[in-house]
Amino acid sequence: MATMTEPVSEPFHFSMLIYDRRYRSMTIQVAALIGFLLILSWLVYNTKVNLETLGKDFNFGFLWNRSGYDINQTAIPYDSNSTHFDAALVGLLNTLMVAFCGCILATLIGVLVGVLRLSKNWLTARLMAVYVEGLRNVPVVLWIIALFAILTNTTPSPNQFRGENPTASMLFNDSVAFTNRGTYIPRLVFETPALGVLIVFILSVAALIWFRSYAHKRQAATGDILPVFWIGLATLIVPSVLAFFVLGQPISLDYPALKGFNFQGGFKIENSFVALTLALSLYTGAFIAENVRAGIMAVSRGQTEAAYALGLRPGRTMNLVILPQALRIIIPPLISQWLNLTKNTSLGLAVSYMDLRSTLGGITLNQTGRELECMLLMMLVYLVLSLIISAVANVYNRSVKLKER
Amino acid sequence: MKKTVFLGALTAAGLTAAAASAATLDDVKARGKLICGVNTGLTGFAAPDANGVWHGFDIAICRAVAAAIFSDPDAVEFTPTTGQTRFTALASGEVDMLARNSTMTFSRDTDLKLDFVAINYYDGQGFMAPKSLGVTSAKELDGATVCIQTGTTTELNLADFFRVNNISYEPVPVENDAMAAQQYLAGACDVFTTDASGLAATRATFENPGDHVILPEIISKEPLGPAVRHGDNAWGDIVRWTYYALVAAEELGVTSANIDEMAKAPTNNPEINRLLGTEGEYGAMIGLSKDWAYQAIKAGGNYGEIFEKNIGENTPIGLARGLNAQWKDGGLQYAPPFR
Ligand SMILES: N[C@@H](CCC(=O)N[C@@H](CS)C(=O)NCC(=O)O)C(=O)O
Repeated sequence: MATMTEPVSEPFHFSMLIYDRRYRSMTIQVAALIGFLLILSWLVYNTKVNLETLGKDFNFGFLWNRSGYDINQTAIPYDSNSTHFDAALVGLLNTLMVAFCGCILATLIGVLVGVLRLSKNWLTARLMAVYVEGLRNVPVVLWIIALFAILTNTTPSPNQFRGENPTASMLFNDSVAFTNRGTYIPRLVFETPALGVLIVFILSVAALIWFRSYAHKRQAATGDILPVFWIGLATLIVPSVLAFFVLGQPISLDYPALKGFNFQGGFKIENSFVALTLALSLYTGAFIAENVRAGIMAVSRGQTEAAYALGLRPGRTMNLVILPQALRIIIPPLISQWLNLTKNTSLGLAVSYMDLRSTLGGITLNQTGRELECMLLMMLVYLVLSLIISAVANVYNRSVKLKER
Repeated sequence: MKKTVFLGALTAAGLTAAAASAATLDDVKARGKLICGVNTGLTGFAAPDANGVWHGFDIAICRAVAAAIFSDPDAVEFTPTTGQTRFTALASGEVDMLARNSTMTFSRDTDLKLDFVAINYYDGQGFMAPKSLGVTSAKELDGATVCIQTGTTTELNLADFFRVNNISYEPVPVENDAMAAQQYLAGACDVFTTDASGLAATRATFENPGDHVILPEIISKEPLGPAVRHGDNAWGDIVRWTYYALVAAEELGVTSANIDEMAKAPTNNPEINRLLGTEGEYGAMIGLSKDWAYQAIKAGGNYGEIFEKNIGENTPIGLARGLNAQWKDGGLQYAPPFR
């Protein structure tokens, strides 16, 4: 037995759990875990007791009951006979719609503003600085409400388009109407032969992809640069347009027209959607601009000088040398901005945008009185949404990351 | 060992919480004031004046309850709630009672664990439209854009009405009445729908009330009344009988002008005596003082006085008694006997 003794012969006693460095961190972690579990069980227990006191149960069955209310923007068939689950789904799609358009727009704005803020032109740089500071420092919900107020108060009501001498008129050859209820634009109507056009278009995209890699290889081999952009654009458009006419114009436009109380036909974009998407994009764009600026400034000045020395023009230097390197720095914070934007869509409530928060977390919650269930469900959905976005973005991040070879 | 003690303490805490919420009257007395959930501002029903003092038909109920408990109609705090927050506010104990144009419905009374203790206004849902629109009936509203307050019964009735009549509409959901009025006046919706009383009250605040018509159709029953949490029957009794005291007072001819006279000494109408506490121990039966009903009626007058002062025909809101007349006059307001 004596041969088995450890180097430290001191016998173990309890105070060592605190005073001995070998055990201390373990002790702290175990204590923290117990504390966390206690708080958690207290929360669950408390909820249970209070629900019992109120005589309420915890049950998601209400999701399958008739919702009884109507929604003004529905991407899938829905009416008041649909279930609360359908209403939640409609809300989720509306949330996604804003999140999707918002993320794209915010990124475009962010990159543009971020690059321009570094411009040598004093006025441009200053203006961009004003933009960034102005937007970043006002709560986004105020921007949302302000934009919505502008949209509803400065645009004419459908009534004003009526009569002999209307005070308002449609734009673009009577095809677009801006009203205080929304913007009406023509809608694409597809007839069966439109499928042919679609197939041609898909083939064009494939051709475009092939052409780009060909041009790339050629440039690598011979140094010649093909006008990829123009040829690409032509590949994309010309065949589809030809197919469109050959197949007898199977895609037509349905124009909005004043009928009864409102414009009918065409496609209606709700003012709440525009206000929400625009405000979130402008606001988040300001943050992204700062990320972009930081990313660009982090690329050493020597890179630019080296590119200039090789004879690259400033535009190409930015596109080919600086931005690819800056991206590595920009993308991680960009992901978190996208997540912010997605979560901020829940502010749509302020302008009655029927997103997940307004359907599941608003009307459904209120009409059924299932606060806990609706809130938990909503948190779960936002969590999953955020996790998906960051997972996708992380995959992209890994692909542009500096590869160590 | 430690853990058991901890959990034991938690259980005790949980139980005390439960016990506390079971006796609202004790909570209110300990606090020294009543907390009443009201709406965010509907002229005539509940709205603060320039000095921040709340007035209105619903407010009067709250003040009457406060007076019954504390002999002080001002011992009450008003918490504005929206259509969406009101029931949560009540269920969570944030307010002691609701007097907020709330419709009594089956599911609210049962599933939402509320108790509607009385109906202080028998109402129905109507539509308001600008006169210039030239609409004379709600059935002509095919394709109209409708402003509607979310989280209300009216939102559901609206969907049903258009479905049954096979016409279409586009809802513009709004958070509260103020926003609805703003959207409606800006022309963002063609019509505004809510309880007819609410329409009249909202219209009264417009610059040109005469430019707007309330369409003849009443598409639902909206019995509006004060609500309390389900389960605390003693508290429910207090709110219910305070309200009935106001109704009975009107029926018995007790007004704020003659109440002091009548309460000085027993009159020769025993029911008045029982009501005003000059006979019997009726206050003690609900845990209040002998003169609880006297105090409640004194706070703002009897039901009829409250009605006339806040929403009656001589106010800008101009509502007729209609269904809300005393049963003797062909209405539905009917207080059970004080006996
Ligand atoms: N009676 C309906 C509607 C109640 C309601 O929201 N009424 C409106 C007007 S009648 C109101 O109180 N608005 C005031 C506010 O928005 O605070 C219900 O209980 O669901």
